[in-house]
Amino acid sequence: MSPAQSAEQPEFTQPPQHSGREVLDASDISRALTRIAHEILERNRGADPVVLLGIPTRGVALAQRVSARIQAVEGQSVPTGSLDVTMYRDDIGLKPPRGLEHTDIPADGIDGKVVVLVDDVLFSGRTIRAALDALGDIGRPRAVQLAVLVDRGHRELPIRADYVGKNLPTSLVERVTVHLTEYDGEDAVLIADKGAKG
Amino acid sequence: MKHLLSAGDLSRDEANLILDTAEEMRSLADRPIKKLPALRGRTVVNLFFEDSTRTRISFEAAAKRLSADVINFSAKGSSVSKGESLKDTALTLQAMGADGVVCRHGSSGAPHLLAKSGWMTGSVVNAGDGTHEHPTQALLDAFTMRRHLGSLDGRRITIVGDVLHSRVARSNVLLLSTLGAEVTVVAPPTLLPVNMTSWPCATSYDLDGALAKTDAVMMLRVQRERMNDAFFPSAREYTRRYGLDKYRMAQLPDEAIVLHPGPMNRGMEISAEVADSTRSVIVEQVTNGVAIRMAVLYLLLSGSNEEEQTA
Repeated sequence: MSPAQSAEQPEFTQPPQHSGREVLDASDISRALTRIAHEILERNRGADPVVLLGIPTRGVALAQRVSARIQAVEGQSVPTGSLDVTMYRDDIGLKPPRGLEHTDIPADGIDGKVVVLVDDVLFSGRTIRAALDALGDIGRPRAVQLAVLVDRGHRELPIRADYVGKNLPTSLVERVTVHLTEYDGEDAVLIADKGAKG
Repeated sequence: MKHLLSAGDLSRDEANLILDTAEEMRSLADRPIKKLPALRGRTVVNLFFEDSTRTRISFEAAAKRLSADVINFSAKGSSVSKGESLKDTALTLQAMGADGVVCRHGSSGAPHLLAKSGWMTGSVVNAGDGTHEHPTQALLDAFTMRRHLGSLDGRRITIVGDVLHSRVARSNVLLLSTLGAEVTVVAPPTLLPVNMTSWPCATSYDLDGALAKTDAVMMLRVQRERMNDAFFPSAREYTRRYGLDKYRMAQLPDEAIVLHPGPMNRGMEISAEVADSTRSVIVEQVTNGVAIRMAVLYLLLSGSNEEEQTA
């Protein structure tokens, strides 16, 4: 049993430290999420069928922010929850065991709904594959869509996002880090060489 | 951690990790498909040298819900009744490729021997050994209390009954004190072990005195099969002094809950009225047992062995 994953816990006492280049700042993130909220409404002709599920940890906060924006535009709240995919990952037998994150499925379930998965960074696509498997055990949505804040490319599976905050061409040696006020005390998307702590 | 042999081996962080993981596992019970793929392709052997229904079924359900392959082995009707030793049984299991072994044995220390002897490489989970320990029972008790009482820090928990023969009591005292609870053990002097001063808990011979300031009371089963001595004059006297009936239950604070690890002797250590009352969480303990055992199996077996050993 490895020690609890406290590395992701926020430390608000320290001022945010930047290492790496900032590619999106707080207002860029805000504008991107507002646009994604509008695109979700446009594509699904309103908020009725939509259920937002964030993928822990940062996808959960992003889902809540998109949900708040949809509420502001439509005056109607959207069921919002979280979906942990840890046990569905394809590398589960290759790494030390990980603690589980919280899964919170809205009370009305997902059967017949349009589920929009929300995550921070789309990279290999393996997390989303795991999420699709996890959804299959919970219910049968009418459709599944994917919203990400950053698409950094290098897909290893035939998966693409329906709503993208920012397409970010990267090289494999780079590391993309998303900071959100809920966890890190600031809103920013950073890019740095691997090895440098983001 | 590779094995779960004693509740005393768990640090507070590890114990909380298991309890938090179990919380997520518990939500599975409300889903239409009660199955997770975490242990696909792993083999779990339930190695039971002693009779047990709920623990074995609970481990079996837990392993199956995590998609592991489960092999049940009970000593009755196996080569053990022909005189096979623990070592040879272990070597057989190793040859069959068991990733995890859940061991219940009548002798204290048998799971420890399995884990440390080098006979097999799989993870060992102690499912009760003699009068020593039963760590998953303690974890499910702590989990049940945490769901009702919130954090166990500073909570007052009373454990009543046959502490001398009880592996449940020992594991609970160790785990609950790790989690910050104040534990009091209440038993007749003949049913307390001699070295109680080394246990991280208080002791008392007087149940009525302890009940009024108790957040959770755990009644232990009077283990008739281990009562080969005159520990108390008669069953009726035991019930009068140490049994929980509705009058004693009325002394408990309003929020307090009643636990029992099962199987119950109704009318002996616990009256039927108490067992069926709204304060009793005994049935819930069984549900929580599956979640706890899922969490333990997941955390011990899901990762790769190589990295676990270096970590």
